[in-house]
Amino acid sequence: MGMEDITGRPAPRSKRLTPLVWAQRNLFSSVSNTILTLVSAYLLWLTIPPVLDFTIFSAVWTGTTREACLAPGAGMCWPFIWANIDQFIYGRYPPEEIWRVNLTFALGAAVIIPMLIPGLPARRLNLVFLLIVYPLVAIVLLAGDRPGLRPVPTSEWGGLLVTLVVAVTGIVASLPLGVLLALGRRSNMPAIRMLCIIFIEFWRGVPLITVLFMASVMLPLFLPEGMNPDNLLRVLVGVALFSSAYMAEVIRGGLQAIPAGQYEAARALGLTYWQAMGQVVLPQALRHVIPGIVNTFIGLFKDTTLVLIVGIFDLLGQVRAQLSDPNWTLPQGALTGYIFAALVFWAFCFGMSRYSTFMERRLDTTRER
Amino acid sequence: MSMGEGQNRRGRQGGKVPLGWNNPRVRSFVYQAAVLGTVIALVWFFTATAQENLSRLNISSGFGFLDTTAGFGIIQTLIPYTEQSSYGRAFLVGLLNTLVVAVIGIVLSVMLGFLIGVMRLSRNWLVAKIAAGYVEIMRNIPLLLHLFFWYFAVLRPLPGPAESLSPLPGVFLNNRGLILPEPVFGPASTAFFVAIAIALVGSVFLIRWARKQQVETGQLFPAWRVSAAMLILLPGLAWLVTGAPFELSFAEHAEFDFAGGMRLLPEFVALVLGLTLYTAGFIAEIVRAGILSVSKGQREAAAALGLKDSTVLRLVVIPQALRLIIPPLTSQILNLTKNSSLAVAIAYPDLVAVFAGTVLNQTGQAIEVIALTMAVYLTLSLITSLLMNWYNARVALKER
Repeated sequence: MGMEDITGRPAPRSKRLTPLVWAQRNLFSSVSNTILTLVSAYLLWLTIPPVLDFTIFSAVWTGTTREACLAPGAGMCWPFIWANIDQFIYGRYPPEEIWRVNLTFALGAAVIIPMLIPGLPARRLNLVFLLIVYPLVAIVLLAGDRPGLRPVPTSEWGGLLVTLVVAVTGIVASLPLGVLLALGRRSNMPAIRMLCIIFIEFWRGVPLITVLFMASVMLPLFLPEGMNPDNLLRVLVGVALFSSAYMAEVIRGGLQAIPAGQYEAARALGLTYWQAMGQVVLPQALRHVIPGIVNTFIGLFKDTTLVLIVGIFDLLGQVRAQLSDPNWTLPQGALTGYIFAALVFWAFCFGMSRYSTFMERRLDTTRER
Repeated sequence: MSMGEGQNRRGRQGGKVPLGWNNPRVRSFVYQAAVLGTVIALVWFFTATAQENLSRLNISSGFGFLDTTAGFGIIQTLIPYTEQSSYGRAFLVGLLNTLVVAVIGIVLSVMLGFLIGVMRLSRNWLVAKIAAGYVEIMRNIPLLLHLFFWYFAVLRPLPGPAESLSPLPGVFLNNRGLILPEPVFGPASTAFFVAIAIALVGSVFLIRWARKQQVETGQLFPAWRVSAAMLILLPGLAWLVTGAPFELSFAEHAEFDFAGGMRLLPEFVALVLGLTLYTAGFIAEIVRAGILSVSKGQREAAAALGLKDSTVLRLVVIPQALRLIIPPLTSQILNLTKNSSLAVAIAYPDLVAVFAGTVLNQTGQAIEVIALTMAVYLTLSLITSLLMNWYNARVALKER
């Protein structure tokens, strides 16, 4: 049993992870795995090159009229997008007033972005600003029914502006409503609990389209004569009620995760129900459900497209409207328009879902500590 | 855990706190009375306003209009329907069209979702990345955009019947829809269906007997394989013996269009495609989370007991994963059913398009039509959740 002297030898090396080794481990480790890899590669070969070819390599990038895109084999018609970009963002908002929309967007970004960065101070103040001050400022700026501003009726709003207005209104209105409904559903007063359950389950059980139909054709019948809110406002009410039911369920999940002892201890210290909820239970519960709230917002953001069915032109509706423009009838028109809209929606939703995952991970580590 | 007013123990026993504002029971009662009163007042106000408006606008109320002749055509009807049929009949046609899309969409999206969810956990890097890419792309694009894309950008610009695409023999795709071979059943096909029924009943009994046998004696009997063989052989035999009583009727080129075969409207194809591809992305994530939730130790312990891979999957991993998968899967199935109402945007004649669209426009009975439509979706939601809750109770953890 000769013990080999290994002092002079170099230290053993682990097998280096060269691309070849990596591929062997992850793609070709067995016969079945190799077949899977080849089939997948073939599927990718079938799908990716045509998509890239249409959107980038054969796409028409320059030009100002439809003639630029009529060449045989031409792909996506970017001149169509550039020519209509104002409509896609602002709808039929008067061009000389567009600065108001831009200012509203900029203010919104200035309020929301600091909220999203964890660890920045004054978040409570920021939340109050977002929920109360910002909506009022935005209404005045966009609708302009104040001296010095030209009024712009909502029928001239459109595009991304409407998409954002509907989504942000939905979320801003549904947060407080959702908190109340979630508390009501967990209350031990039977009448209030029943009312909240009926409200929540009703809105969650019907499709958003029927809610929008209800808001646009049924609601006027229930209002006194002469009181005729405009179409966008009615739809906003419907969207707010609809999303508050979903928000209530998300928040209820957060409330359930807070141990009963928190509430009992707060009451034992002499806090009232609302003090205990507002200062002890809700701050913890809401922090837990930030990912859920962001996911609800993503869902709402995608659902805003449905407003085009009741005649309001959001981004998708505006794309569809521009597609029927006789100056831009193209064989690849529909593909161009819808791929562009898909890219915009995808960028927003993917960004938000990444943020939600990031927050989820962050919350996880704080729990472990 | 209970929260809120009236939870004070002293108050519940009563007597010790005098009846007054400091008694939680009194306070709770006053709050509830106030809220209920407000709700009743609101409902009363809206009903009164609606009645006033209806009489002012001369709109009759009630469901009498359901018996009136509809006078419009519907492009897809599963039950006999003509322009002379009533609004009530149109309602049924729309409802059936909704159900057909929902059921087909649910079956396809659950299958595709499970496949993609499992693919995402594959040890093959490429397969896992393809599944991840699928999920991230499909989930983050609005469903309505999916539908517009498939309908306006893909299916509608297809060539006409003369230059139909034919991806498979007997399957044709053109701007009028997807044409599939249709099975035609002859008079002698009864024997075939009887054979299927016998094989099904037989397999159920066989599997039960095999399980009992295993519990009592420990002997394994390959019941599943024998059942599968039975299910294929018995109907096959019946088909041969009775002399091929049914065959597939393939569509043929007629002068301007196709004759024979089964035609699926482009609206239907776009709706099913959109719903399936979109919902499958969500289901895939649910399936992945469910399988990941089963701890590795379970798998290793089962393997250590000597179970083979397929048995580990069937008896250890899947039953535990299902517990986490079923509740969110239920809400996805409900979502798909509700989302099928987007059909109205691409003119597929579902319940919303036919009833809340055309019928509402023709009759002006907004309240009745919307209420009935909402009631249908609420009922569908209720039935689906009841069924899924029943199934969930069966797979749930039995704690003793």
